[in-house]
Amino acid sequence: MGAGDADTGLATAWAATLGRELRRAGRRRGETLAPLTFFALVIALFPLGLTVQPERLAGLAPGLLWVTALLATLLSLEALFRDDHADGSLEQMLLAPQPLAALVLAKVLAHWLVGGLPLALLAPLLGVLLALPAGSYLPLAVSLALGSASLSLIGAIGAALTVGLARGGLLLSVLVLPLFVPVLIFGAGAAQAALVGGAFGAHLALLGALLALALLLAPWAIAAALRIAING
Amino acid sequence: MWRAIHRLGSPAIFYAVAGRLQPWCWALAIALLLAGSLWGLVWAPADYQQGDSVRILYVHVPTALLAQSVFVLLAAAGGVFLVWRIKLADMLAAAIAPFGALMTLLALVSGALWGLPTWGTWWVWDARLTSMLIQLFLYLGVIALRGAYTAAESGARASALLALVGVVNVPIIKFSVDWWQTLHQAATFSLVRPPSMPASMWLPLLVMVAGFYAFFVALALTRTRSEILRRESRTRWVRERVARTTGKAAR
Repeated sequence: MGAGDADTGLATAWAATLGRELRRAGRRRGETLAPLTFFALVIALFPLGLTVQPERLAGLAPGLLWVTALLATLLSLEALFRDDHADGSLEQMLLAPQPLAALVLAKVLAHWLVGGLPLALLAPLLGVLLALPAGSYLPLAVSLALGSASLSLIGAIGAALTVGLARGGLLLSVLVLPLFVPVLIFGAGAAQAALVGGAFGAHLALLGALLALALLLAPWAIAAALRIAING
Repeated sequence: MWRAIHRLGSPAIFYAVAGRLQPWCWALAIALLLAGSLWGLVWAPADYQQGDSVRILYVHVPTALLAQSVFVLLAAAGGVFLVWRIKLADMLAAAIAPFGALMTLLALVSGALWGLPTWGTWWVWDARLTSMLIQLFLYLGVIALRGAYTAAESGARASALLALVGVVNVPIIKFSVDWWQTLHQAATFSLVRPPSMPASMWLPLLVMVAGFYAFFVALALTRTRSEILRRESRTRWVRERVARTTGKAAR
């Protein structure tokens, strides 16, 4: 990877890390697409389990879409640092002269680009399946795009804390799900407000505020967690 | 002042000092809790609307306060441990985390028991109740993460970091009743305005709160001391101390 050289500037190293992550995601299409498939599949289960009446489904749709997208994100988090830990590139990243928090941010951005953003784009389509009215498509997609970026950032802390553990998956969800709750409340709140014709701007603004806060603080926490998990 | 704090950071000195403080803390806790319970449950007047169910207050408020204080202390100890690598801070964190989880659970249970006669329901998805429930899960995460690592040192540092991350929830709990219009009432005690209940009710509550905090301090001292003994069992001072109490010669 290109982040090892001491003369390499931060921008170059950052772009190299991002490019590497995106290429890796492109080469493992099955793993990359799994959360999206999970998202679509679980949404298809709800009408079968709950009700097929369009008006009742539409009322539940924002919450169902949001919770399922959250679980799909959780599903993809375990792999965030796993392979890098297994093949040693995580140690290289820790040793790199560039700040770890910045490099980690590139990894999280890649995770959002191949995970959260497609989820947000897919959500309106699945909204059609749940009889969601056309007016809520845009707020739903925007809330998911903003919210899933926060989820990637917060979730990466948990993924970093559990990276060295043999069975970290279950623990990861225990650590991360409580921290996801504020994002879920405001995200589903925005979509729900749009559904009943209310103002959703405040919810989106709060989601943006959460994202700004997570962008500011999470990289440091992720970097510290990785150092703990690798070095002990 | 700093030298005194530094000296206290040594497990051996803390063990001795805590051992001397411990009986006083336990005595104070028992006295306050007994007095507060009698005062609150027997002599304090029943509420004109809620009747005797208002007496749940005397358990609910102290446990809820402690649930949050313990988390703040947990995060502070975690920060001290991560920055200065003071082992004692981690021993304290390990000793108080289960107690904090228990207090959170008790606050939730006593709140549910109180909610049924007054609100007509065990549970509502109100901001404060939900954030307390999240706090319970955060406690469980902090405890579970420590146990998940095979290397004790890594587990300690990981759970310290998680406590620092999770502490963002405490202000959310604290201000949830001010920020959102919810079923749960606003804060009972405040430093800047007189209590909104008669003295015959808030005085016993104050005694109970003080009693619970004294109990917490006493328990934290006792549990931290046993944690010190467990972790330092291979050191010379522990062996000598054990030898002195059991009457056998130290090897």
